[in-house]
Amino acid sequence: MIEFVHNVRLWFAPQRVREEGHTPDYRFSLANERTFLAWLRTALALIGGGFAVDQFLPDLRWGWRVGLALALLAAGVLCSLRAVNHWMRCERAMRRGEDLPVSRFPALLGLVVAVVAVAMVVVVLVGWDA
Amino acid sequence: MSAGPDRHEPHPPVNDERDPGLQPERTRLAWRRTTLSSTVVAVLAVKTALHGGATAAGVAVCALCAVLWLGFLLVAHHRIRTLATTARPPALAPGGAGAAVLCTVAMAVCAAALVF
Repeated sequence: MIEFVHNVRLWFAPQRVREEGHTPDYRFSLANERTFLAWLRTALALIGGGFAVDQFLPDLRWGWRVGLALALLAAGVLCSLRAVNHWMRCERAMRRGEDLPVSRFPALLGLVVAVVAVAMVVVVLVGWDA
Repeated sequence: MSAGPDRHEPHPPVNDERDPGLQPERTRLAWRRTTLSSTVVAVLAVKTALHGGATAAGVAVCALCAVLWLGFLLVAHHRIRTLATTARPPALAPGGAGAAVLCTVAMAVCAAALVF
């Protein structure tokens, strides 16, 4: 948690990242940036999914609709915050010459998406009002 | 590529040894894709906000989403220009990444307000 607060402070103090270590090959930094952007697109897709659930499933009961939409939006927020945090950690590890940080977030997100997909299959097979 | 070697680039790269992996170009296109995703989200937000007629609150949220979208475009445009014009582009500044994520999170908060 303290590590996270420290990282948040670093987002807004760019010059402090450059104080430690040495600048890596620019291609590694660009690859890190593309990974960050890919995660940001995943976050934007989740947010778009939240809007889509609200707009295009008007027959769903209010509780289910709002709950599902808010869950997708929360996942999007989490994903985007994690994207910038992971990018920062990777950038710093490269500057220091350490191993890149490992993360269980991809596995977590994958599991959540799989569970939602299975739930949708069950809902479609059984029918909405069963 | 098909136009031949004498075709003029819109942003002529100033480096003589070109990166064979085309890393700056790929990164630039990644930013383009991300602005496209952000545009889709902004359009969905406007559609949701104006769904039940144009109320004052709906128009306000619309304007806020437009401002956030413009902010994202500004960050992306800035970065794309750097990537297109410098031979060895410097790493993305944390401020830029933070601003992009801030716009995304703020859009999600707008969405939550609209849905609720």
